[in-house]
Amino acid sequence: MMSTSNHAQTDRTPVSDADVCIVGAGPAGAIVAQRLAASGASVVVLEAGPRFDGDRREQLERHVRPGLGTPWEMGGPRDEFTSSGESFYPLNAGRVKGVGGTTLHWQGMVMRLHERDFELDSRHGVGADWPISYTDLKPYYAAAERELGVAGAVDNPYAPPRDEAYPLPAFPPSYSDSLFAEACERLEIDMHSVPSARNSEPFDGRSPCVGYGTCKPVCPSGAKYTAESHVEKAESAGARVVDHARVRRLEHDESGTSVVAAVYTTPDGETHRQTADEYVLACGGVENVRLLLLSASDQYPDGLANSSGVVGQYFMEHLFAGMGGRLDRPTRQNHVGFNTSETHQFYDDSEPVNGLKLEFLNYAGPSPVVDALHAETWGDELRTQLADAYGTHIAMGALVEQLPRADNYVTLDTETTDDLGDPVPEVHWSVDDQTRAALARANEIQASVMDELGVDVEWTVGPDNTGPAFHHMGTTRMGTDPETSVVDGECRSHDLQNLWIAGSSVFPTGGAMNPTLTIAALSLRLAESIQGRMP
Amino acid sequence: MRLTRRDAIAVLAGLGIVGGGAVAIDRFDPPTAESDDGDRDDIPQAVVVSTMVAAGEVVYPSETEGIREFVEAYVLGRTRDEERGAQLRAAAAELDAVARDWHGEPFSDLPRDERDSLLRELGADTADPVADGTLSERIRFHVVNELLYAFYASPTGGRLVGIENPIGYPGGTESYQRATTAETEDG
Repeated sequence: MMSTSNHAQTDRTPVSDADVCIVGAGPAGAIVAQRLAASGASVVVLEAGPRFDGDRREQLERHVRPGLGTPWEMGGPRDEFTSSGESFYPLNAGRVKGVGGTTLHWQGMVMRLHERDFELDSRHGVGADWPISYTDLKPYYAAAERELGVAGAVDNPYAPPRDEAYPLPAFPPSYSDSLFAEACERLEIDMHSVPSARNSEPFDGRSPCVGYGTCKPVCPSGAKYTAESHVEKAESAGARVVDHARVRRLEHDESGTSVVAAVYTTPDGETHRQTADEYVLACGGVENVRLLLLSASDQYPDGLANSSGVVGQYFMEHLFAGMGGRLDRPTRQNHVGFNTSETHQFYDDSEPVNGLKLEFLNYAGPSPVVDALHAETWGDELRTQLADAYGTHIAMGALVEQLPRADNYVTLDTETTDDLGDPVPEVHWSVDDQTRAALARANEIQASVMDELGVDVEWTVGPDNTGPAFHHMGTTRMGTDPETSVVDGECRSHDLQNLWIAGSSVFPTGGAMNPTLTIAALSLRLAESIQGRMP
Repeated sequence: MRLTRRDAIAVLAGLGIVGGGAVAIDRFDPPTAESDDGDRDDIPQAVVVSTMVAAGEVVYPSETEGIREFVEAYVLGRTRDEERGAQLRAAAAELDAVARDWHGEPFSDLPRDERDSLLRELGADTADPVADGTLSERIRFHVVNELLYAFYASPTGGRLVGIENPIGYPGGTESYQRATTAETEDG
């Protein structure tokens, strides 16, 4: 197998007369690129990571077999970071640099935020209101579902209003879901399907899911959406996507009102300046901040687009709560790598006010093949070990909202530099008491289900041992007031008239729904706004 | 429980080595004593295959039948990748050389329990799998784990421990709704 990450692309020089320069080829950047290129704009996308061509089975084997390294080559000198908060933040486990971005290894869960998520301050006096409402975003959510090819069913009584069916039929519930269903019925907990960016039937030239069981971190069949789809379409429409192009700073004009160049370095050591009329930052909730801060100038000593001083502040995550154990019968886990049932029944509760959603896992407990490759024996002894370990595990997960707090932030660690000599991002993050209380509530509901089902609970992840779901949000927040926010309701910087930010860094609050559908919806809306400025 | 070449080809297909096993099998020259010239620069495929088959008889459950056909097909498909193939061949040859040094016989001629002991004495049971590591690490990676992956990522091997569509094998959407393990190979 050839290496998937190479420097095959040789011409990484700037595009002359570009209308739009986009930094980052993840879902946000790729969707904006596709939309604008399709409308006739000259678009260039600068991506720090490689283009992972070649056989996706290489990543599959790296994932399953110990000793082959990480599937997406994250964690080298390029990706240095500092974690300085009370809770260690494992940044490189939660992002991918490359064409496709973090959708290369994402799980593919795509829910809309709820109406209340856009107005938490008004409704509950916590967090912040978004400058836009669910109604404003609703048509873009529908368009995003079509773009990503979402498989879903209109069977969730707690979901926000929608006007159309999902583009693809939902994946039917698993056998494991049927075990939960009996207990949840008795507890009056409503289970429903999970919107999934994964083909339940052929769509957009990609295969339906065949069940490799490795969705996160890799889908060898191509059934799971990755932003490579939009990159490909953008390129077909004329966009130029440059990989291994590490943008190191943005330069502005003398008046300080416009960005005039994105300065990037390529593997040959050359540094280039890409000029354009409009600039879109789409490199995630951590690197967006880093790039703005690295772009400090005499006029903007605190970094670009940061006259408010809030760039990097209000870093938010979704926290995981979980519980699992064993049942007295087969549970049929690890056939697929995605979930087919959740409950959003408790999402809009006001006590706790933090959003929370509960998941019924289809991948509880060990996978025999993975265990075998780590075992310290073989033959009949191994067979017995594997057969005993597999078969009766069952578990629930949950995501819990973390509200925006100034003491959770991303900044530059000026003491530490990457291999190009640029200061690395510093993530300062901890889990506050309010979030801990919401995690405890998630555990309480999970415990009631486990008890009703008769599960012998073996593990709990809750307030004291929770971890992040790798959703980087809030660090370039959206708002109407330039003194307290970084971008406006259109995702355009308050300070620089041609600088836009796409992605979850603009979320003023993050709810407890996986963020990518909202990222896609905002990106479609942003592309429309830029289109409106084109001659 | 019987493994077949078809099982091996299915695992290879999951790894993207489509058709590789079948083509290689057609070209396979059955092992003969004459073809084993012991030249490390050109390790005879017969030594590699017989050593891997003999190791398979150790690391697979004792009830397994059809190991030779299965391992032959898997190894021949696997070694089509030049770099991995060279490393696998070298690791198998080194295991065979250790057997000759310590016991005066090829690894494949040793009784099963002696093969088991030899692998454990080499530390292949506890070593980390490292493709270009120490001898123990390489034997763990290229011999033990290669064989275990082939076995437990196949529906037939997976079924033996309760899952007919193991992680890494494309078939889970056919089985995730079922209450019981499918007995047939329709995956």
